Amino acid sequence: MTSGGIPMPGRGARSPEHRVESTNLADILERVLDKGIVIAGDIRVNLLDIELLTIKIRLLVASVDKAREMGIDWWEHDPSLSSGERDVHEENRRLRQRIGELEADRTAELDEAPPRKRAATKRRAPQQQESDG
Amino acid sequence: MSLVWVYAVQEAGAGEAPDMSGVDGERPRVVGTEELAAVVGTVADDGFDEAGLAAAMEDLGRIEMLVRAHHGVVAATAQDRTVAPVRLATVFRDDDAVTAMLRQRHDEFRAALDRVRGRREWGVKVYVDGTAAPPPAPDAGAASTGDRPGTAYLLRRRADRDRGAEAREDARAVAERVAGTAAACAVDVRRFAPQDARLSGRTQEMVLNATFLVDREREDEFRDTVSRSGDGAVVEVTGPWPPFSFAAAEES
Repeated sequence: MTSGGIPMPGRGARSPEHRVESTNLADILERVLDKGIVIAGDIRVNLLDIELLTIKIRLLVASVDKAREMGIDWWEHDPSLSSGERDVHEENRRLRQRIGELEADRTAELDEAPPRKRAATKRRAPQQQESDG
Repeated sequence: MSLVWVYAVQEAGAGEAPDMSGVDGERPRVVGTEELAAVVGTVADDGFDEAGLAAAMEDLGRIEMLVRAHHGVVAATAQDRTVAPVRLATVFRDDDAVTAMLRQRHDEFRAALDRVRGRREWGVKVYVDGTAAPPPAPDAGAASTGDRPGTAYLLRRRADRDRGAEAREDARAVAERVAGTAAACAVDVRRFAPQDARLSGRTQEMVLNATFLVDREREDEFRDTVSRSGDGAVVEVTGPWPPFSFAAAEES
């Protein structure tokens, strides 16, 4: 998305060490679409469209985690955008597997205690022994 | 039948429109009153009427073209004069409607031009290494919990998480230090949301995405000081931008 574009005025005029001229589309969008003087023209661009677009762009611009916090997740259903989510699914799968193993361990440890559907917590286990004994 | 696209507002007599193509491939021009003028372009009514713009807003490729062309004309205009950039997709029926609008909102445009006169906008971003993915923990707990692989795993996860929180705290501190340094050399500041790595094109995480209005006389000082304030973190300064982010009186 950074290819092409319009040279910024003053490009190359002065170049301190860390300076990077930017024609990054996201940088331009943040300003052109979201800033600038707002004038209601004769052509009424449906404001909802602009707002929706801003939200879409924001989702690309903002961090994915932030968007998810806001409860916005439409990109997860968009195959072109969801490739980066596979890692999370894989992580979840491994975590579920690990929890299963831990629960199996716990069940083995407690095989003398009364059977429970879920592993007893450490706090409750002594109480159980007291009342039993 | 045609329509009139507005790029920016300037003072009357500030100069001609830049010699370049606008959003519809048109040559931009200037229309105005005795006091204020607008840089505008004549665009086709199909494609820039309600239906055309609504369709364009659904098409990221077309949006990119419009956004880059709009920004290009505003940036070229801003090179040799004070301008108040206008938001994308501001379209009028004809020149008379534009001049009527200039008269109606005269005071507001005057204030905007005064606010940005002699100043330009500079973006500042800060990137740090992997606050999201800390390196794997050394297997310190493995010896004592060798017979408990599940416990060792959970201890490792917790250590990773603690280190992640620490890294995020450090990143925030770096970001605030750079922002503070920049603000000391600037007139005003606006903050944007940090960009996702897929947009920034960097593997590092963006922890600051802000933009500053800077007096032209202080631009060298601003760039030099800000560039050096990262203390190991990568500081990216972009610009100069036309003062898009400061045309409106307050942060929207």
